[in-house]
Amino acid sequence: MEDNAFNPQLQKRRRYGQVITGLLFLATVFGLLVLATLIVDVVTTGAGWLSRSFISGYPGATPEGSGIWPAIVGSLYLMGVVAGTAVPIGVGTAVYLEEYADEGLFKRVIQVNITNLAGVPSVVYGILGLGVFVYLFAMGNSLLAAGLTLSLLVLPIVVISTQEAIRSIPQGIRESAFALGATRSQMIWHHLIPIALPGILTGVILSLSRAVGETAPLVLVGAALAINFTPAHLLDDFTALPMLVFQWTEEPGAAFQELAAAAIIVLLAFLLLMNLSAILLRNYFEDQLTG
Amino acid sequence: MSSSPEPASAAVAETEGASTKVDFSANLYASPREKAVKYGLGACALLTVLTTLGIIGILLYESVGFFLQVSVIDFLTGTEWRFASTDPSFGVLPLVAGTLLITVIAAAVAMPIGLASAIYISEYASPRARRWLKPSLEVLAGVPTVVYGFFALTFVSGVIIQGIDSSLPPLNALSAGLVVGIMIIPMVASVSEDAIRAVPNSLAEGAYALGATKFEVVLRVIVPAALSGIIASFILALSRAIGETMIVAIAAGATANLTANPLESIQTMTGFIVQVAKGDIDQGTISYQSLFAVGLLLYLITLGMNLAANWIIRRYRENY
Repeated sequence: MEDNAFNPQLQKRRRYGQVITGLLFLATVFGLLVLATLIVDVVTTGAGWLSRSFISGYPGATPEGSGIWPAIVGSLYLMGVVAGTAVPIGVGTAVYLEEYADEGLFKRVIQVNITNLAGVPSVVYGILGLGVFVYLFAMGNSLLAAGLTLSLLVLPIVVISTQEAIRSIPQGIRESAFALGATRSQMIWHHLIPIALPGILTGVILSLSRAVGETAPLVLVGAALAINFTPAHLLDDFTALPMLVFQWTEEPGAAFQELAAAAIIVLLAFLLLMNLSAILLRNYFEDQLTG
Repeated sequence: MSSSPEPASAAVAETEGASTKVDFSANLYASPREKAVKYGLGACALLTVLTTLGIIGILLYESVGFFLQVSVIDFLTGTEWRFASTDPSFGVLPLVAGTLLITVIAAAVAMPIGLASAIYISEYASPRARRWLKPSLEVLAGVPTVVYGFFALTFVSGVIIQGIDSSLPPLNALSAGLVVGIMIIPMVASVSEDAIRAVPNSLAEGAYALGATKFEVVLRVIVPAALSGIIASFILALSRAIGETMIVAIAAGATANLTANPLESIQTMTGFIVQVAKGDIDQGTISYQSLFAVGLLLYLITLGMNLAANWIIRRYRENY
């Protein structure tokens, strides 16, 4: 072996390989372990505070008797505003880019712009909302200002996922619709949108869950930390679930942190529900299309 | 339209993508309704451009007011940040240093772990394992950042760091940086994985034919071939770390501190923006305007990094 010029050392190299495979696997499960730790930590800290009165009560000065009802209502309102604005605008943009825009400077500029918007930090969207919606349009620290800010924030997600859904539709679908005399808008409305619906819905739910969890833009547009009424209309003051989590986490005293953990459980449960419904909806639509 | 015979099958159109799409409706009667739909959708697309212009406009507009009172040089090179005192000083370096410290810690966590996950998922995991590993990693990116902030403060800092040495400050850069790193793992992993999967099989097969073992093929052939995509994933993830707000606002502290010690309380650019916004701010005051100046700097840094990463990704796509 020693005086052999060619020495492949296969045993040693295979051992190396096994060690490296092990390390790679450990790194992969590390993230999952942290996630598990996070969930266990939150649930063990906060589960004791979950009760019917916690859900239906109002935030108070003491942890005892504090509840999250106005925050739940506020978060639902925000989701409504985002769904009502970001979804039509985002789908419209995607349809325009995929089906109408000619190749050229205009399309390239919009496309690059959307990619960059997706990378803008959420706190910068908050600054935009503060400057434009709160002060320039004089909406004040309202639900509407916050909802529109969140809409702009998630718009790139809706556009990009819709574009991917539309792009994966075979060209033949468009050709057959045109061959039967459909106009372009009929072809889009009756063929492309229904076929792309599972993809679009997934993007919509993803963007809504992003909007529900965002905190920084809400702080910037001046969401109230704690209010003891439920917002009645879109120009009312409001609070939202992540705002309460933020406030209670910063509050001194272990009891408030346990309260924050309880609010986090509600928030995470809500997000889980939304993502599950995304998966179910997608399966349902895919079954309908194939069957 | 070209005069050569057009193989207008769906397969061709599909593989060649949108760039060579033949316009089969060019001869359609363009009714007013059709035109209205077209321009309506175009207006939606224009709104995304308006958003960017709005961001730049509002940041510039308020920053100009700020820079009329504080010179750009003083802002960029000053080492003291006291925005609320009677003798205010607006040197942004402590905030930049704080951001940098968080980013370095996050990078130390996310770059090796994210890349290792990408390699494992794309090269080692069985198809079945991949089907559940990938979405479970994505969950890490879906957890709201305020929840990570809670975790950083109560668990990473409160249980782990305080458990090691209870004299350390509860608000510190280390706990925030570690958790920011965990948050961006999926970003590194998914972009790197795309790059790794785009490496042609023939490269790996060539290496196997020369007698290389699996880990040699992966680490010496596939990873170097995907390097530009991997670097792009690092840049994108770091730009996310720089822009991350709630974790640092909750766990890193609120003292603008020019330090490289990760166990001290610091403040980042984003942390400062949140701190100012949390208090009641009056429009037109210098603290209100300083928020926009810091925001402008933050926007320019992240924009530059995103542009660089996307440029690398585009260039890299042309190689194979």
